[in-house]
Amino acid sequence: MTDLKKAREAWEKKTAGSARQRDALFTSISGEEVNPIYTPEDVADLDYMEKLGFPGEFPYTRGVRHNMYRGRLWTMRQFSGFGTAEDSNARYKFLLAHGQTGLSVAFDMPTIMGYDSDHERSQGEVGVCGVAIDSLRDMEVLFDGIPLDKVSTSMTINAPAAILLALYVCVGEKQGVSSKELRGTIQNDLLKEYIAQKSWIFPPKPSMRIITDIMEYCAEEVPQWNTISISGYHIREAGSTALQELAFTLADGFAYVEAGIEAGMDVDTFAPRLSYFFNSHMDFFEEIAKFRAARRIWAKDMRDKYGAKDPRSWLLRFHTQTAGCSLTAQQPYNNIVRTALEALAGVLGGTQSLHTNSMDETLALPSEEAVHVALRTQQVIAHESGVPNVIDPLGGSYYVEALTDKMEAGCREYFRKIEELGGVIPAIEKGFFQRDIAKAAFRYQRELEEKKRIVVGVNDLVDEGEEVKIDLLRIGPEVEERQKKVVARVRGERDGEAVEKALKGLKAAAEGDDNLMPHFLDCCRAYVTEGEMIGVLRDVFGEYREPPTYW
Amino acid sequence: MAERIRVLVAKPGLDGHDRGAKVVASALRDAGMEVIYTGLHQTPEMIANAAVQEDVDVVAMSILSGAHMTMFPRVLELLKEKGLDDVVVTGGGIIPKEDMEKLVAMGVDRLFGPGTDTRDIAAYITDAVASKRGGR
Repeated sequence: MTDLKKAREAWEKKTAGSARQRDALFTSISGEEVNPIYTPEDVADLDYMEKLGFPGEFPYTRGVRHNMYRGRLWTMRQFSGFGTAEDSNARYKFLLAHGQTGLSVAFDMPTIMGYDSDHERSQGEVGVCGVAIDSLRDMEVLFDGIPLDKVSTSMTINAPAAILLALYVCVGEKQGVSSKELRGTIQNDLLKEYIAQKSWIFPPKPSMRIITDIMEYCAEEVPQWNTISISGYHIREAGSTALQELAFTLADGFAYVEAGIEAGMDVDTFAPRLSYFFNSHMDFFEEIAKFRAARRIWAKDMRDKYGAKDPRSWLLRFHTQTAGCSLTAQQPYNNIVRTALEALAGVLGGTQSLHTNSMDETLALPSEEAVHVALRTQQVIAHESGVPNVIDPLGGSYYVEALTDKMEAGCREYFRKIEELGGVIPAIEKGFFQRDIAKAAFRYQRELEEKKRIVVGVNDLVDEGEEVKIDLLRIGPEVEERQKKVVARVRGERDGEAVEKALKGLKAAAEGDDNLMPHFLDCCRAYVTEGEMIGVLRDVFGEYREPPTYW
Repeated sequence: MAERIRVLVAKPGLDGHDRGAKVVASALRDAGMEVIYTGLHQTPEMIANAAVQEDVDVVAMSILSGAHMTMFPRVLELLKEKGLDDVVVTGGGIIPKEDMEKLVAMGVDRLFGPGTDTRDIAAYITDAVASKRGGR
């Protein structure tokens, strides 16, 4: 090692005077300095078996499965939904026909925030950024012709997640598929809502109660279901650095583990079904290191801190979405390139499933043409690049290993800070995460405006007087009108007594300790609407309010 | 010496994406303006009332949920009803160019899409408010 050190110093000395330096920031997007070169010196204490191990074995740095993509490619799971259930059902069939291997549902804001399509607060918002789901009738239409025993479905829904899960189980019932056969995920990660995505309804305590109810219910009745998709994507989109994304997400994950244990469950009964969801942004190697560090940190703490005995509890399985916030409204075709690089980072990072953004998403929801390219991007990587043929091919890279170690160290530093504040929920109440995220977002914006960091087409290489000519997806006001009629008809045709009985049962359970899931199921079967169920819970649990600080 | 420009930064509707609104609020504050941030989940009525109560020069709305063709016109209508004809109405978010043009035709003063330099927003607001004040 000393020979190497000497050699490096000699090289640095030789090249110091003569080297030109580009006028650019030599930091990752997160602001971390990177060296010009990495050598064995940078990974001097790398014990292969301790830090990396083999894929499918502790600490899983190299991947969660022993054969990774040689056994099975990642799931190609495009996040999708708009208009009414009929509109989205058609798009899902299009995507499945073009080689997508898993479904992912995007709901509209009223559904996300627990309002029926005919509620006053839903005006202008029905079906516009996702699909409108008011009752079981809509859910049945959404999955019409899609056998739930043959697909896995991820649903991006948080505060009302229990309801959407119950609706999915009911659709399964109607199709003759037992809940035990259902495969999928609900995002159901309220902690990151308070931190970043902001689609909360209730305060933290009742939110955690609903989450632990779901975990308990699924352990018995829907054992193949991922009960939480512990998310960093939104934290990153809100402006955090890669390190903050890693640290805040894992902190949330461990908070859920603690909540489950506190609720009286054995960690191994629910931990195997916790899953993750990360962003894949533009700094290629930083993202790959982030994914690898995540796996290692989760494995170590689950085994050594939380005492999980089942190796499945040590596995950090994750979905990846390429970074929406990295895309530009200027020269949108460049977004295809950005998405491809980000997707490749996800694959090199060992993701279990992947969504690639469409190039027109800075302007509207994906058009058919744009999502076709996005899907094909994954397929080109899968079948033409050779990357999936070798597991963790960047393992052993001096840079990537050094970066992975640095990410882990930085993450644990954040864990210490959060502990000092009393844990995740106290830290949320103190605005700890929100402040760091807002400051990172502002810092990034300043870097762009000062041209310290270049975004092609936006602050450099701009096409003056650019005319963007893309056929955008349009969702008209007739969607809202159509959906309002549907929900009115559902209310008119159902058994009013059954509805009242079910809602009463839900309210009583909410006021007490009973698991809410059976009551949600009763409500769904009676065609109680989502807004009606959430309305009852709003009365019992109250609504969360965030102080309007912007730092 | 001109009074400080008072800007209401608002998030209408159910949309929770507040990165842009907060970045703009911080930038305008750094540019010397008085910024009042409404926080999330504001109805058009709440925004118009806040505009009156805070006696603002500018209402700046951020919408990324696609509900802009309902929210902007409704706020414009309410501001008019309350006699706030001189308020500069601006904003941004995920709004296709075609819709921006329609909204400007309806009375929105100017909209700023993704990739905007916040200094351009500050400069625009300074000029727009000066014109409106000059007109009184």
